[in-house]
Amino acid sequence: MTEEVLVKDKDIVVPGETIATGMSFLPGKGTYRENDKIIAQKLGMISVEGKVIKLISLSGAYTPKLKDRVIARVVDVLMTGWRLEINSPYSSVLTLKDATSEFIPRGADLTQYFALGDYVVCQIVNVTSQKLIDVSMKGPGLRKIRGGRIITVSSQKVPRIIGKDGSMVSMVKQATGCNIIVGQNGLIWLDGTPEGEVTAVKAFKKIEEEAHLGGLTDRMAAWLEKETGVKVNPTAAPTEAPQGTEGEPHPHHFGGSQ
Amino acid sequence: MQSELKTHLLRALAKNVRYDGRKLLEYRPITVEYGISGSAEGSARVRIGGTEVLVGVKMETNKPYPDTPDQGNLMVNAELLALSNPAFESGPPGEQATEIARVVDRAIRESKSIDVHKLVIKPGEKVWGVSIDICTINDEGNLQDAACLAVLAALQDTKMPKLTEDLEVDYDAEKTKEGLPLTREPVEVTVIKVGDQFFVDALSDEEKAIEARLTVAVTEKGTVCALQKGGDAPLSPEEVDKMIDIAQKLAPTLRKAL
Amino acid sequence: MSYTKRLDGRGFEELRPMSAKVGIIPRADGSAMFQIGKTMAYCAVYGPRELHPKFLQNPETGIIRVNYNMMPFSGHGERVRPGGGRRSKEISMVMRNALLPVLDLKDYPNSVVDIFVELPQTDAGTRCAALCAASMALADAGIEMKDMVTAVATGRVEDKIVVDLNYYEDSHEDGADFPIALLPNSGKVTLMQMDGEMTKEQINECVKKAKEACKKIYEVQKAALKERFRSK
Repeated sequence: MTEEVLVKDKDIVVPGETIATGMSFLPGKGTYRENDKIIAQKLGMISVEGKVIKLISLSGAYTPKLKDRVIARVVDVLMTGWRLEINSPYSSVLTLKDATSEFIPRGADLTQYFALGDYVVCQIVNVTSQKLIDVSMKGPGLRKIRGGRIITVSSQKVPRIIGKDGSMVSMVKQATGCNIIVGQNGLIWLDGTPEGEVTAVKAFKKIEEEAHLGGLTDRMAAWLEKETGVKVNPTAAPTEAPQGTEGEPHPHHFGGSQ
Repeated sequence: MQSELKTHLLRALAKNVRYDGRKLLEYRPITVEYGISGSAEGSARVRIGGTEVLVGVKMETNKPYPDTPDQGNLMVNAELLALSNPAFESGPPGEQATEIARVVDRAIRESKSIDVHKLVIKPGEKVWGVSIDICTINDEGNLQDAACLAVLAALQDTKMPKLTEDLEVDYDAEKTKEGLPLTREPVEVTVIKVGDQFFVDALSDEEKAIEARLTVAVTEKGTVCALQKGGDAPLSPEEVDKMIDIAQKLAPTLRKAL
Repeated sequence: MSYTKRLDGRGFEELRPMSAKVGIIPRADGSAMFQIGKTMAYCAVYGPRELHPKFLQNPETGIIRVNYNMMPFSGHGERVRPGGGRRSKEISMVMRNALLPVLDLKDYPNSVVDIFVELPQTDAGTRCAALCAASMALADAGIEMKDMVTAVATGRVEDKIVVDLNYYEDSHEDGADFPIALLPNSGKVTLMQMDGEMTKEQINECVKKAKEACKKIYEVQKAALKERFRSK
């Protein structure tokens, strides 16, 4: 049997399509082996790394992972905490002890802390095999969201939206002057001038559409400059955690990290 | 809508900037396609931005209603199809679907858009029945205005079918070249009030913030032929006057797309 | 009596013109349109998402729900009252069974993948077109599938085996209607229904011809899915 990769790197494949033949290849996530063939299990983009056939998902539900920072919405107030929607088939629970470093007295009105409809930045601290999920608000940058607006993008595109070391989202912040927090679950919070927010939203939608195409960073830098007049430097972005900043928006402040 | 998120929206509206960059009194791009279903006697597709609605018109012959022996029959039905919005469920039409159908019905019927007296085949015995079905395909806000425009377009697309000797519709034969007896062209403009701002063509995100809305059906003569107030906040007579004014000014924009 | 020429002039194994598009319903997690001749099917997929009511949940795996419906103005004759009916229920069920063999939702316990199909225009072969659309919409939604699902309405009209029947052939007095769904890469059958009268040889011939036809349908589906991500 010939050892052959039948598609090119970065080709789009559909479920059931044979990607490679031969026993020396290893099926990565999104592919499976049937006899001597490696077959695609999802619609996605192929990435061949040596003998490992990887498939990069272009769509799909958010899969909650330990340590992910997500933007969640309070949908229920329970006796011992709150239930939060995290844009996945599974909701999460925030218990009293993980909610805040303040002491919450027994019988307190929990809506004083987080009420129905509130949005928070939280972190996933436990995922059981039955998909029960716990989140926590104790940690740097984790807090209730005030004001601003929230948009949703495909969670599969979040890595591209954040960019290497936060470079992509940093460019958008520079150009639009918005405070931005990107949740791993695809929810993004923005707060800036109305015009700045419109541009930022357009930028994220553009990155979402073109995430699989090469040269995106330079293209986005050019597009942002055309839209806002701000020259952003795609390579000189500061290293920062993918969370946003506190405080007022700085229209032409380079970076915006703490 | 949570009050902080609403305040943020109002801040943008006060600067005449919508969440997608439009002005307050600006519609998204409108496209109209005729004859999208060969099985219907008349059909159309309307897109307002990303919102898409299909309408089909079926003609039949039946007995007139006892109290209107010299008039044809007219029925408008709407379904908010589950495929158009994650929140829609399959099943019989709920409140929102029923409202959309009835408000379009009122605009068509009360303006006498179709001269139902010309739809009589044998007075007291046989009349034409016009069945209009509205089906939503993608909901990105403002289904009401899209539905009414699609109904108008579908009616304009309708050709009368041939009749058999027993005065039943011969669906197997080719349609005649004759259209419906159309006399008026009412379009609907839904005006939204949030805080002290008025805008039209709400996005799904903006619809969450609605305090009150007024759907105004305006004929080509500029007269109003139907009104529907929605939302749980009251409107002052001055606000109503202003909203009708807005609708009358914007109706030609919609009508131009036909 | 011999069926020497098809009513619309096609070859006996010739499919009607096809077109397909993916991502036509942006609000959905995945969506697609599939058209063959005049039969057009729109499909939207939502999920995996939380399943309500709770008693429907399966703690070992996610489930799928198929809802097939023809728009009131889509039929050949009179308006069809909305609300489905027994035919729609049955088609929804056989569609579900046709799609399950390629799906593995064990990673999504207690959840549901909702599949909605609506047809604005029909001319026979509706459940096949619906399956072709559903399979593309599921792929578009990023759901793991071992293979795509293709389907075509074969059948017998008088003495000839035909592929992709239209309404007139389907309702012909002396004939049989035989929709088949196949997995293009394994060749396995996931939907098979027949009504009418056929010999075993004719049935085998239909299955063979369906395989050939489905190869062409698979190319249309593949192209539509890949087109979605072509650089603009």
